Amino acid sequence: MTGLYEEIREEPAADVPVRRVSITVNGAKRTADVEPRLLLAHLLRQGFTLTGTHVGCDTTNCGACTVLLDGQPVKSCTMLAVQADGHEVTTVEGLAGPSELHPIQEGFSDEHGLQCGFCTPGMMLAAKALLETNPDPTEDEVRWALSGNLCRCTGYQNIVKSILWAARKLQSQAGT
Amino acid sequence: MYPSRFRYESPRSIDEAIALLQEGGGEAKVLAGGQSLVPLLKLRFAAPELLVDINDLPGLGYHTVDPDGTTRIGALCRHADLERSTVLPTRQPTMAAAAPLVADPMVRNRGTLVGSLCHADPQGDWASVVTALGGHVVAQGAGGRRSIPMAQFVTGPFQNALGYDEIAVEAVIPAPHGKPAGGYLKLERRVGDFATVAVAVAVERSHSVVTRAGIALTGVGGATINAVEAAQALVGHPLTARTIGDAADLAARAAQPRTDHRGSAEYKRQVVRTFVKRILTGVNEPTRKAA
Ligand SMILES: Cc1cc2nc3c(=O)[nH]c(=O)nc-3n(C[C@H](O)[C@H](O)[C@H](O)COP(=O)(O)OP(=O)(O)OC[C@H]3O[C@@H](n4cnc5c(N)ncnc54)[C@H](O)[C@@H]3O)c2cc1C
Ligand code: FES
Ligand code: FES
Repeated sequence: MTGLYEEIREEPAADVPVRRVSITVNGAKRTADVEPRLLLAHLLRQGFTLTGTHVGCDTTNCGACTVLLDGQPVKSCTMLAVQADGHEVTTVEGLAGPSELHPIQEGFSDEHGLQCGFCTPGMMLAAKALLETNPDPTEDEVRWALSGNLCRCTGYQNIVKSILWAARKLQSQAGT
Repeated sequence: MYPSRFRYESPRSIDEAIALLQEGGGEAKVLAGGQSLVPLLKLRFAAPELLVDINDLPGLGYHTVDPDGTTRIGALCRHADLERSTVLPTRQPTMAAAAPLVADPMVRNRGTLVGSLCHADPQGDWASVVTALGGHVVAQGAGGRRSIPMAQFVTGPFQNALGYDEIAVEAVIPAPHGKPAGGYLKLERRVGDFATVAVAVAVERSHSVVTRAGIALTGVGGATINAVEAAQALVGHPLTARTIGDAADLAARAAQPRTDHRGSAEYKRQVVRTFVKRILTGVNEPTRKAA
């Protein structure tokens, strides 16, 4: 419980109501008592210690905090945790199991799609949503899907290549 | 950044939501997509005592074209729903053109058209589109529903005509009388940025004569500009290089741009002129537009 309030340094006052939320995070049902003002990004990071979700700008601009809400990419710094109640959230930790890589992760590894890695979780989740609706995207479609995710390192070229790599791999897997 | 404390309610019916707003007595705020409000809460530019989250209200996610041609956009219809719409490209081409140009993909997955109108940001894209189309907002309060024309809905920067206990339930675009055509062009410095200049043009034609026209401008004044004279110059004529040129000049004259980090006033005025011409020329020569 204290973990949830680690960054809100004041303890919740006795008269501040907390709300119980129940969210399916990466396939597992999680519950927490949260103050309504807690952001989804913070519940994931501090409450559930899923620190793969990064907070970059905290002003809704960079997309580093992107998670999938019922399969759609959203900025978790711009959503209240209480709003995720009853919904499904996928974070980068949910892409693959602990001992394997998701094809998108393999693509980033193979095509050098990251340098510092700060933007990478958001990029991969935006890519996952894209490939689920459009398994064979053009380069332009990949760029369009990533247009809300900023990267300060790579110049995007290799990120796009990584995702096209993953699309090919996923398609060849589906074909077999 | 953390919002200051508030009470949070997520009602399941509009009546319940209105009752909560009444209870809040002016200290409550509606939460729709949250893509403008949550950043404001985090910066503590807004600190309501009560947030009434309307995301659980049933049946507001629609966008439909009625049999008579009226288009309705429910309060929970997201920008992304409009972007992916299969009906808008033929029935409301100006809206279809604007939807992918609002913000970025993640913001579009949450943000709503109606919320955008309520937010009344002078730089907002939808206000121009709905103005050019002659639309209105339907507000629901304890006393029932009322329609507020777009021109009266926005009362100032970030201010709208809603009573504190009213919810905007839908935006309505009246049925076109002729064949609808038009577009939206936006100059932005990067994806997700607000417009340096954007122009919404909507025309209706019958036997190639313009029967109704609307032109509205984003980013070139302290508010959305309804370029009435420019639009009027088109009505009663077919679209020709001359009428298009006249409308473009009048629209540029209606703009009130300011020189800032996004560009000089003269440059922005020129962009208005170019965008009006480009949209109307595209309407006139659909083959070129398709290319
Ligand atoms: C990075 C970024 C880039 C953006 N770029 C653009 C852009 O290029 N163009 C653009 O037009 N917008 C842009 N926006 C704003 C975005 O379009 C918002 O989605 C929109 O302005 C508000 O819609 P919302 O549903 O998110 O409303 P909210 O944020 O939930 O609410 C906004 C305001 O309207 C009120 N409100 C909302 N819905 C209702 C209702 N049904 N009844 C009564 N009151 C209501 C709220 O109380 C609040 O005051 C951007 C936002 C971000 C974060
Ligand atoms: S941290 Fe959420 S958009 Fe940058
Ligand atoms: S790899 Fe460093 S921000 Fe993208």
